[in-house]
Amino acid sequence: MYRLTDVTKTYGKRHALVHALRGVDAVIDDGAWLAIQGPTGHGKSTLLQLLGGLDRPTSGRIEFAGRDLAVLREDRLTGVRARSIGFVFQTFNLMPTLSAQENVETALVPLGLPAAARRRRAAAALDQVGLSDRGRHLPAELSGGQQQRVAIARAVVKEPAVLLADEPTGNLDEGTRDEIIALLARLWREQGLTMVMVTHDSVVARRAERQAVLRDGLLAAAQQV
Amino acid sequence: MFLTYLWRELRRRARQAVFIALGLALGVGLVITVTAASSGVKNAQGTVLHSLYGIGTDITVDAPAAPGSGGPSRFSVGGGLPTAGSSFSKDLLLLASTGLGPMDAGAVPRIRRLPHVSAAAGTLVLTNLDVSGTMPSIRRNALRRPDTSINTSSFSVLGVDLAAARAGPLSSSRLTAGRAFTSSDARSDVALVDADYAAQHKLRPGSSVTIGSDDGTGTSFRVIGVLRAPPGATPADVYLPLARAEALGAAARGGGNLKHKVNTVYVAASSAADIGAVQHEISTLLPTATLTTSGDLASQVTGSLASTASLADNLGKWLAAAVLIAAFLLASLLTLAAVSRRVREFGTLKALGWRSRRIVGQVMGESVAVGIAGAAIGVALGFAGAALVTRLAPPLSATVDQGLSRTGAGLGARSRILQSLAHTGAHTVSVHLTAPVTISVLLTAVLLAVAGGLLAGAFGGWRAARLRPAAALARVG
Repeated sequence: MYRLTDVTKTYGKRHALVHALRGVDAVIDDGAWLAIQGPTGHGKSTLLQLLGGLDRPTSGRIEFAGRDLAVLREDRLTGVRARSIGFVFQTFNLMPTLSAQENVETALVPLGLPAAARRRRAAAALDQVGLSDRGRHLPAELSGGQQQRVAIARAVVKEPAVLLADEPTGNLDEGTRDEIIALLARLWREQGLTMVMVTHDSVVARRAERQAVLRDGLLAAAQQV
Repeated sequence: MFLTYLWRELRRRARQAVFIALGLALGVGLVITVTAASSGVKNAQGTVLHSLYGIGTDITVDAPAAPGSGGPSRFSVGGGLPTAGSSFSKDLLLLASTGLGPMDAGAVPRIRRLPHVSAAAGTLVLTNLDVSGTMPSIRRNALRRPDTSINTSSFSVLGVDLAAARAGPLSSSRLTAGRAFTSSDARSDVALVDADYAAQHKLRPGSSVTIGSDDGTGTSFRVIGVLRAPPGATPADVYLPLARAEALGAAARGGGNLKHKVNTVYVAASSAADIGAVQHEISTLLPTATLTTSGDLASQVTGSLASTASLADNLGKWLAAAVLIAAFLLASLLTLAAVSRRVREFGTLKALGWRSRRIVGQVMGESVAVGIAGAAIGVALGFAGAALVTRLAPPLSATVDQGLSRTGAGLGARSRILQSLAHTGAHTVSVHLTAPVTISVLLTAVLLAVAGGLLAGAFGGWRAARLRPAAALARVG
């Protein structure tokens, strides 16, 4: 699914350069579940953003489904994200003025589906994450765990090929963390997702098929998975 | 999704949205009120000018009086020595002493054929002089003046071109009794009389009025209608068909008839934009004629009407423009601030695959919705403001400049009009200011408000479009 070749990412200018990634090589096969660990500020989220086409590498290639995301035009990159990549964020990132159902529907808007079809699929996705009775609630009316379930439903409603999760349990207590990880594991299995998860929590990382460590911009133990 | 998201966002920041809408509404309301007041002032000016000038007239054309043609009118009471104690009566129709000379009536069709001229009408301004009495007994070496019993009276007569009703003095008058002239009256002994003159002399349709001629005899004209001139106008007392006035009139001093003569031509241009061109064409056609436009007259009108016009044009419009610009800037700044607060939200939408243009469209839609709300409130404010102006504005006065003096050849219709006004003393016309709100003003104001929303949305949308998803998502809060 993914092939990274000598990927680097540098921020800043001249005397204040930050080398977030220094020549990362990796291959992530279809259906794999990779957990990336590492200290804060060592490039984990940067790597995830590059995999999701949210940013471009300073140099190197990021091949996804045969296309180099590093050089893809912006509108094509947007299209790839719309169809093939789902995101789950640490802070949930739900639209505060939309209900749970409407938040899930936002992921289907770029696909141009009719409103009725959007509603149907969003309802099914909420049902998948166990929140079918919370569709009309605003995010402020949901617990942290419930909000993250809505975010997961939003990520999987379009049946993506890849799910990228950036510290999905970072803002949750232990009990809720376990629920969320169990949910992600189930969805990974049922939908055959390729899942890349960034986490600093070893308990969460151990649930993945493979683990890698990103330290000082270098991916250690990055093997074919 | 678009409308749902839009409505929810506006509700979330309702206070800010209301603030922006009210700002736009204030600007729009002010634009409507000031524009309506300006229209009202222009209408008032038009009313005043039309009373002096006649509706539909853009230019008057006059010929200067011939040298030596001035002085008192002369007449004789018959050949030979007058017999003391004999009675006499003379009814004379003479060219009025207005400083205007007669010109060939053939100038009228020539003017009418000029490009950009929509109508031209010739008139003849005359004075009917009635002198009657008993010849006094004149003795040589008399130590005191002889007893005399001579009465004079006069009234003004205007010969009007019946074929050109759209231009000229009759176009601004209102028929209050009887009927107006028709083309079949061109050579008939029929007359229209001014309402005030009719009241003084107990004239009504069916009455008769005697019009003199150059030989002193009188001709009876049947009154067919009574006219009321607009306020401030100086109408003639009696109106005759031009052909009859020409036939009966005399050129006053030195005599001579007025056949095929006029002394003023009223010209209507095809449009206001053509007035300058028409003025130039007539100058070429009649190089010695004096041309006066409504603008020339307008510049002579002073008083609170002129001050109000200046206030509306200068302060009013600049104030409205300033408030509108301030509202636009405020809307833009607040929208930019709102977008800044939603950076993470927009970054997430981009991560979900929303194209920049969809996000920009969302931002602009929210701004336009606020603009429309501002327009609606602004229209209501504008109507209220215009109604207040109409209700509370004091009557405005328009005063004709009394300091005008003649220089050289006749100053044309302006001189004649203003001098005739000067004879009646300080001439002030009072008009009530209204503030009419027209559809075009409403549409303009609404478009301005929507444009304000679009502008604010464009700034916000530009900000949103430039967001890099990664940078947006990295934002805290």
